[in-house]
Amino acid sequence: MAQPVELPDRIQVGPVIDEGHSLASVSDKISGIVLKRKTTLGWALGFVVVFSIMQGLLAGATWLFIKGVGVWGINIPVGWGFAIVNFVWWIGIGHAGTLISAILLLLNQSWRNAINRFAEAMTLFAVMCAGLFPVLHTGRPWLAYWLFPYPNTMDLWPQFRSPLVWDVFAVSTYFTISLVFWFVGLLPDLATLRDGANKRWKAVTYGVLAMGWRGSARHWQRYEKASLLLAGLATPLVVSVHTVVSFDFAVSMIPGWHTTIFPPYFVAGAIYSGFAMVLSLMIPVRTFYGLEDVITMRHLNNMAKVTLATGLIVGYGYMMEAFFWYFSGDVYERYATYNRLFGPYAPFYYALIFCNIITPQFLWFKRIRTNVFVLWVISIVVNIGMWLERFVIVVVSLHRDFLPSSWGMYWPTIWDWAVFTGTIGFFLVCIFLFIRVLPMITIFELRMLLPGARVKEPVAQ
Amino acid sequence: MSVDLIAEEQGLYGLMAEFETAGELVAAARRTRAAGFRKFDAYSPIPIHELDEAMDLHDNRVSLCTLIGGLVGCVGGFSLCSWVEGVALPLNIGGRPLISVPMFIPITFELTILIGGLTAAISMIVMNGLPRPYHPVFNVERFVATASRNKFFLCIESEDPMFDREMTVGFLESLGPEEIAEVAK
Repeated sequence: MAQPVELPDRIQVGPVIDEGHSLASVSDKISGIVLKRKTTLGWALGFVVVFSIMQGLLAGATWLFIKGVGVWGINIPVGWGFAIVNFVWWIGIGHAGTLISAILLLLNQSWRNAINRFAEAMTLFAVMCAGLFPVLHTGRPWLAYWLFPYPNTMDLWPQFRSPLVWDVFAVSTYFTISLVFWFVGLLPDLATLRDGANKRWKAVTYGVLAMGWRGSARHWQRYEKASLLLAGLATPLVVSVHTVVSFDFAVSMIPGWHTTIFPPYFVAGAIYSGFAMVLSLMIPVRTFYGLEDVITMRHLNNMAKVTLATGLIVGYGYMMEAFFWYFSGDVYERYATYNRLFGPYAPFYYALIFCNIITPQFLWFKRIRTNVFVLWVISIVVNIGMWLERFVIVVVSLHRDFLPSSWGMYWPTIWDWAVFTGTIGFFLVCIFLFIRVLPMITIFELRMLLPGARVKEPVAQ
Repeated sequence: MSVDLIAEEQGLYGLMAEFETAGELVAAARRTRAAGFRKFDAYSPIPIHELDEAMDLHDNRVSLCTLIGGLVGCVGGFSLCSWVEGVALPLNIGGRPLISVPMFIPITFELTILIGGLTAAISMIVMNGLPRPYHPVFNVERFVATASRNKFFLCIESEDPMFDREMTVGFLESLGPEEIAEVAK
């Protein structure tokens, strides 16, 4: 592969890795977080907090399984409610991880090296949370395997023309390929942990996972090829996943859903919320673990720029939606937009505009992009905004469709909230465990950024 | 330079030289190949693309397997949809065609990616001979301590027809390594 193109310093904010690092120092620093560092009080307290939040999921799901989906606020006409809002929100968050690991690999962006492992882990955990919701929403999760095509005594098959079945395939493929890509990326680093382990049981555990990786040139050659192929396959995959999710809406006839702008607008929204989530998580982690020298201002600045760019695409999507009711002249479309702006859920729409259109405009300014705290606050606001967007799309479109006699309202119950906050707890528990037991930064790719990795052959004697 | 002597009866896997930089390793690999050795391997903590050319590595079977896997997924996905909707459970919905090609594309696409991606990863692991918990190179202490951290190694294996203990040690010394070690089987 060619060397990455370096833009002038006027555009970049600092280096991708601070000076003074060597192959040994980055290896020791990142593997040391896992192997040498004692479990801190801060980690333990944080873990207790997020573990407690996760219990909402346990309680909410248990009550749901006992009583059925009636414990949620869903009704007719709003049959989708929180479950689908959260499903779309979580799966969108996952998209940044694949974008960073696959698309930026193909584009040869060296700044991805320090953040891809963490972002990919975030993807996996977010997709796990996302996958829970449709299964819970079926009401009879023990029959969820009916979604897959297998010969059965009922002589029934899934309807392959339904976007909901496409979803099953898209999300399960997405999870599988993300997991495989992540594990392949981990192999050389697991070998580093195995060789650096100070206790026998650690060496054995990492050794089993590393599968005997020894850094042979013959292995690296096939490894690099497989990584590139996986990146090439994951790139269209990530675009397809949120496209298929948007088909769940766009293929239906509901006013407010039936628009062709949905696939690109959903994909951009997914990347937007995903980058915001990477920022929300990475800014505190980088501070607590003293990783400012490898996750530099350059990374934060670049991620902020991607957030801004995708945020503008999302803003364009909102404008096109509004234009669509005007241009189509369809009375139901027009009412759907009117209802968004002036209906009973209007405050949600205005909050969404504030979070997703107005807030990211601050990211035009370099001083804000390089102010870590302000950037963190903006990223949280964007996360909330993207959740509101899915709420507006799902609930506001459903609650008033064609016949006023079938209109209704939807308000979440405490069990809706318990399951939702419970998945946030589950997500954070996974992140806490990941940080503790696996290298959160790809060590071998970090080594490749160092001057020591450049091949300068000595003149033959 | 000290060379640990290994008892004859234990068997010798090869001779290993340690280098400080990636550039030295590439140069050493190039010279080793030029000297006529074929059964040797380079070990590094990072992928070095220059080594592919220096050691004449061009194994494209991973790409081929991935292509085949992807095609299997593609054909399999479309066949699954067509068979289910056309043969196993044909439903006449408003006279629409049973084999409705555009509606089968998402499943076809996802299965292409799924099987292709899994093949890429599995074929890489299998062709690399992994999982393999034991390998003779792990008998070298310096290797275990530094090969996955910051040092670069070259190992000429005793199976090479040109291998001769004294002569190969002499050759490795001429490459200017940090250290030379014998690798027990």
